[in-house]
Amino acid sequence: MTHATVAGAHRHAPPQGFLRKHVFSLDHKVIGKQYLDLALVAVCTGMILSWLMRFHLAWPETPIPGLAKLSPNGAAGGVITPEYYLSLMTMHGTIMVFFVLTTAPFAGFGNYFLPIQVGAEDMAFPRINMMSFWVTLVAFLVLISAFVVGDGPPLSGWTAYAPLSAVGKDAGPGQGVGQTLWAVSITLFCVAQLLGALNFVTTTLDLRTKGMSLARMPYSTWAWFITSVIGLIAFAVLMPACILLILDRVAGTSFFIPAGLVISDRLQPHAGGSPLLWQHLFWFFGHPEVYIAILPGFGIISHILPVFARKPLLGPRVMIACLVAIAFLSYTVWGHHMFLSGMNPFSATLFSVPTLVITIPATIVTLLWIGTIYGARLRFTTPALFCLGFVSVFVSGGISGFFLAQPSIDTYLHGTYFVVGHFHFVMGVAAMFGIFAATYFWAPKMFGRMMNETLGKWHFWLTFIGVYCVFMPMHYLGLAGNVRRYSAFTDDYLKPLIPLHRFITVAALFTGAAQLIFLFNLIRSRFRGPQAPDNPWEATSLEWSTTSPPPFDNFGGRPPVVERGPNEYGIGSGARGVDYGMQAAAARVSAR
Amino acid sequence: MSEAATAQAGTLTEGSPYGIPSRKLAIWLFIIADAATFGAILFAYGYLRLANPDWTKPFAFSPTIVNGIVMTVVLLTSSLTMVAALAAAQSGRTSTGIRWLGVTMLLGTVFATLHLREWFAMIAAGWRLFRNPMGGSPLFGATFFGITGLHLLHVVCGVIVIGVIALGFRRGRFGAGHVETTALYWHFVDLVWMFVFPLVYLMNVR
Repeated sequence: MTHATVAGAHRHAPPQGFLRKHVFSLDHKVIGKQYLDLALVAVCTGMILSWLMRFHLAWPETPIPGLAKLSPNGAAGGVITPEYYLSLMTMHGTIMVFFVLTTAPFAGFGNYFLPIQVGAEDMAFPRINMMSFWVTLVAFLVLISAFVVGDGPPLSGWTAYAPLSAVGKDAGPGQGVGQTLWAVSITLFCVAQLLGALNFVTTTLDLRTKGMSLARMPYSTWAWFITSVIGLIAFAVLMPACILLILDRVAGTSFFIPAGLVISDRLQPHAGGSPLLWQHLFWFFGHPEVYIAILPGFGIISHILPVFARKPLLGPRVMIACLVAIAFLSYTVWGHHMFLSGMNPFSATLFSVPTLVITIPATIVTLLWIGTIYGARLRFTTPALFCLGFVSVFVSGGISGFFLAQPSIDTYLHGTYFVVGHFHFVMGVAAMFGIFAATYFWAPKMFGRMMNETLGKWHFWLTFIGVYCVFMPMHYLGLAGNVRRYSAFTDDYLKPLIPLHRFITVAALFTGAAQLIFLFNLIRSRFRGPQAPDNPWEATSLEWSTTSPPPFDNFGGRPPVVERGPNEYGIGSGARGVDYGMQAAAARVSAR
Repeated sequence: MSEAATAQAGTLTEGSPYGIPSRKLAIWLFIIADAATFGAILFAYGYLRLANPDWTKPFAFSPTIVNGIVMTVVLLTSSLTMVAALAAAQSGRTSTGIRWLGVTMLLGTVFATLHLREWFAMIAAGWRLFRNPMGGSPLFGATFFGITGLHLLHVVCGVIVIGVIALGFRRGRFGAGHVETTALYWHFVDLVWMFVFPLVYLMNVR
């Protein structure tokens, strides 16, 4: 190493002005919080969109007050048109997958805690880190602007299937400017996440403090590290795909548009392209993206569960091996999203096998969590409850995945609510439970204040029961043949299922309302909560060796020296009330 | 990226598993991601080529392939001069290093010029992103300009970056480490061309 610096030297001085400190900050902690705030805004937007959709599905003819003002064409008189329903669905999916499930568990918590957990002062490239957030913010604003310009948001789904997404405004409202904004937004998002992933990998490999060998890294750090390796390749493929889509839309190319396509009675001036090519490129990104959303959750649960079980995580090396295996296999399964797309049926079998194989490491991971809590005297705090909830919803959603992995069964179920229930459980709700567990667990560290436990437990139970009421019946709807993406089921064979849809809608509104408890708790405790001690949960990893919140350079100029792994729980007799060993016992930071 | 230069040494931190500075690791990660990007585009090209039985093969040995061979030789030579620049920079011969960086920039510019001349000739012959003057699939123009354009963008960016690095190196703001990361990028751009030339040019000879 040729780049030795003076011991303890700060790599950049603490900023002074308000803008430099809180807005254009280079501090990974501020950037992490900015990502989390962005995700909070995005998740509220996405949830409101889902309420509108659910309300319309249950009561298709009842006007929604005020909606006509937001979209005079899409919801004339407050009743959502089928096209506007698809626009809402597209925006809901895009916002949730990209700007919530990627930004919060990976970019948000990862930014805040990865450097602290490896004992670094900051990310390897703070400037690139800041750029990553601001590009993400611009991407979000570009996407949201589709609500107010042109004919409204696109209606081709978060997967933007071509040729619908590629042919322009002939394809329907929102397929003009709206779809272009979507493609630009996702391109920018890819750039931002590539910058972030590059930073995460470099920080993990190069900035670990003395004694923090790879084997001693906390599981959350491992998960963020592996996730960023996945993202480095996945986003690098989606980005050119989106650029090709933009070229099709604005430069007259035909990458994704076949010849002889007539849309809205107009022959499209394109020839030679392949809609299936878009699906291949998109899902080559899209399936790893599922793991980009959920692997940080795996890491967070593996990190938090032992703290409250007061037991070491079962099979720590097996856990990491499984995460690596999942990351690798995630690149071999993309075709299972395309069983119905008209690709060669033999390739369906080819994609089905690794899809079933990837369930093996996922199952082992689940068994390791269950084995960890087996025989433990669990401390039932809110983060612990959300960890258990995560395991529950992940198993519930994962089991339906076994069925969908079979091409013959998927042929029947793919276009139905069965798939909606499946991916909302396994990717959406599970990742959200990971985010909630992380928030309750780390809020004391991030804000220096404890969150309210009573409110937290209410929030957990209402949410837990609520999500099961929302998504479990969807499996039944799917088996009954209820197609997805339809805006209403008023006058056909699906009418008998309307009462169940109403039940889901009521449950969704109720579950959404329960999140107000969380919001109230979060905001109130940020300002009024009791002061948090340095290590309120008696955990071992490095973030608990510093103050709450940590100082600007994380450890007050005294980089910790790590003596043991993160898994030292339930050691000794607990005679002096201490049954755990900190990773860096001596490095307690005093200066703020 | 100046803060990256201060990735600390082994007294305070665990050694990097690859024993290389952060900046060099970062450029390797960039190369991995960029390879995935080029991989995706070349995959799309192969896919579309197979999907279109009326694929056009417009290139003749002269002038296109001759021009392509000259471009290839120029770019390969620029990699060689980059190696010389790095060797000079690492052994402290600053002015020799800067001179070799200049030669590399010159060769990169020659490559870009030859490339653009070919582009303009094709555009004059009626080729567009969306039009094939020879009557075959319009995707020939789209993939040709798309792939070579992305590569050309890399070359042009590379020339600019080498210029910036050479200036900083002369003023002592940048060290041999910066030259090395730039060299890695430059060799990667060269390597990509070794895929582009056979796939996009040689496979489309009449």
